[in-house]
This record gives sequence, structure tokens and C-alpha cells, in this order.
Amino acid sequence: MTSAKPWLVLVLLSQIAIPLAAQNSPSAESNAPRKFDKSVYLELAKAPAKAARKRNPMERDPDAIAAGAKLFDQHCAECHGEQGARKGPSLRVPEVHDAAPGALFWLLTNGVVRKGMPVWSKLPEPQRWQIVSYVKSLVPFAEPAP
Amino acid sequence: MRPQLNFATLLFLPLLLVAFAAAQENPYIVTYDHYLEEPGNLEVEYFSTFGTQRAGNDFHAFWAELEYGATAWWTAELYLDGQTTFGDSTVFTGFRVENRFRLLQQEHFINPVFYVEYEQTSGADKILKEVEGHDVESDYAVPNAISRTEHDHELELKLILSKTFHGWNISENTLAVKNLTGGNPWEFGYALGTSRPLALKASAQHCSFCPENFVGGVEMYGGLGDRYSFGLRDTSHYLAPVVAWNLPSDWTLRLSPGFGLNDNSHRFLLRWGVSREFDNFGETVAKLLGAKR
Repeated sequence: MTSAKPWLVLVLLSQIAIPLAAQNSPSAESNAPRKFDKSVYLELAKAPAKAARKRNPMERDPDAIAAGAKLFDQHCAECHGEQGARKGPSLRVPEVHDAAPGALFWLLTNGVVRKGMPVWSKLPEPQRWQIVSYVKSLVPFAEPAP
Repeated sequence: MRPQLNFATLLFLPLLLVAFAAAQENPYIVTYDHYLEEPGNLEVEYFSTFGTQRAGNDFHAFWAELEYGATAWWTAELYLDGQTTFGDSTVFTGFRVENRFRLLQQEHFINPVFYVEYEQTSGADKILKEVEGHDVESDYAVPNAISRTEHDHELELKLILSKTFHGWNISENTLAVKNLTGGNPWEFGYALGTSRPLALKASAQHCSFCPENFVGGVEMYGGLGDRYSFGLRDTSHYLAPVVAWNLPSDWTLRLSPGFGLNDNSHRFLLRWGVSREFDNFGETVAKLLGAKR
């Protein structure tokens, strides 16, 4: 046991330090979507046509936007909200407002893993559509903040 | 006078500064699905296992788990294990470090995750986080004073396959374990799980008892022998209903009564756990350490 201690300490420290460094490294930062950087919204265009054509089954549900707002606050606002860290791009832009609901649903389901957005298929489909309903209801800012 | 920051302060101070994240956790205790921790978030978990023991004393094993989302495709974890054997003693039984890597960028019909873990535990470890090889109930009847003198250094690999379809998650884990001390062979095991929220649609109100906050399911796990004697002979297996309650106050509670499926298994395992997720832990630590973003 005694001889194993130095490398055990190394293993434990590296298990803590490397993931923290990965999260905060310059490369992670440069890969992270910038606020109001229009290029990040091109991810929506990658949705397959069949997925983009899907209709939102919740669009006539009177509670969908309110439920979506609750879900957005719980799961999305950490990155996309108007308060807090805002690691992700704002969703109050015309690119999102005008996007097909199916494309938003596809992006939410698949994430953009290499750029830091996790997949959200762990939320059941109706909840993802409720989030889409809420996101589509957001009024874009007239002029992006600098 | 310059304030002194020790390791514990550095570890826990960020928890006071970060926001809480609403959890949407699966109910599994043993099985892994393909969902990783959100990048930058830290999940702090505590789990307990009460186990019955024939030809020995019942036990209460417990572990603390720190799960950190390094990136959207990499989650790192640290476990600290311990146990109390009734009528015997309470002992710290070791630690585990674990990493999970998502292998595909998008959702597919089946989603693979690669899992690699190093653990240094004593023979007194009873958390039964996985069952492997020829693990059987009688292994756990040894008094702590003897079992804790045995030290295991194990490398554990898992292939996690998982799919969520119409609200149902189906997960399968295949594991291979190599004890790095001595000439022990590779040992194998499995875990299977399926679960579903009680409701798929979210209600518009913030509520603790809404059905979508509850996830129920079942998991089954056991050993598959080793390289020289692969199969079900002299192995133990368990079937366990599982339920998770994801509270709007950001806590998740889990409960799982498990039942041994053959004579080599503990007759009954009662597991429960509590966890809480913290937003932006990584950024908070970086700021505390003076990093500029």
C-alpha cells in the first residue's frame, strides 16, 4: 500500500483536475457557441428534411407554452437563458423564431455534442415539443446586443 | 492575516456559489444509460444498500459519488465507499474513479457509451455497485477484520448500450473486470434496465407530485463467470424494481428493493439514494482560482 500512494494521489488529482481543465480549456471555450454569433444557428439547417417537416403535436395545446417555459427554466436556461452564465447562444433571434418546429425538435433531441450541447432525448418527446412551443413563442430582440 | 484555503474548502465552497439544476434522472442504481452529465455541472450523490446475509451479519453499505460533466461527451466520477456490518464494525472500503465517453455525436437507434473505471477497494467492500464473475453471497460473510486486509486494484470496462423510445429507456451494460493484483482472470457481468416516466407530458405548474416527476422501472444484474468458466454457473443475479422522484427543488430520490434470483445471491437488497445537481461548477471553480474567460 505504501508504495502505491504517490501514484494514487496522482490518479485522484488527475481525475479531478483534467475534467475541470477540459471544461475550462481555451479549446473548449473556442468551441463553445458565442452569443449572437450567427454561425451557431447553422446547426438548425443540418436537420434532415424529414425531421424538419415534422409538425408540433403540441401546437394546439393551450398549456404547451407554459409547460415548455417551466421545462426551459429547469433544463435550458442555464445555458440559453437571459440570466446566468449564458454559455449557449441566445434563442431570442429570428433564426430560431423562424426555424421549423421540427428542426428545433431535431436539434434538441440530438444536441450539438462537439460544441457542448448535450442530447436531450432523455426528456420524453411531448416535453421536447413543449419546449419547442415555448422557444417558438419567444419574441426576438430587435437588435442583438453587442 | 491571509486566509488559509484548504482542500475541503476549495472542494465545497463552489457548491455554495453555484445555482441548482433541475434533475431529470433515471431511476437505476446499477445500470447506466447513455445520458451523461451536462457540461460543467456537478452532481453530488449518496447511496445506501441494506443487504441480508445468510451465514453472517446483515450489512449497510454506502457510497458518495461526485459526477462531473467535463464535456458533452465525457463524464468523470469519483466514488468513496464504506460499509457497516451489524455486530461487527464500520469501515471505509475504498475509492473508484470512473470515466464515461459518448462514442457517437448524435442520437442513433442504439447509443453506445464506453466506460472505464479504476478502483482500489478492500475485500470488505459491499456496495454491490456491480456484480461480476463468480461473486456470490458467501463472499460477503467474512468478518471485516479479515476481509479489509485484502486489497483489490481493479480495472473495469463497460460497454453501455441504450435507447429511449416513446418515453421508455432500455439500457444494457456488458462489463469486464480485471483485478490487477495477482494473476486473476478477466471477469464478466451484465446489467439490464428499462424505465419510463409516469407521464410523458409536463404539467404547466411547478409541482412536487406531478406524475412526470416520477420515473419507474426495473433492472436486472449479475455475474457471467470469468475467462476460464464463462456462464451462469456459480454466479449471483438480482432483479430490482426502481423508482426515482425528481423534485422541482432539484433533489432526486431513488428507491430500489432488490431480490436475489438464485441461492448464490443475497435474498434481499434495499437500496436508496439522494442526489443534487449543481450548475456551472467548473466555471465557478475556475473563477475562484482566478481564471479569465
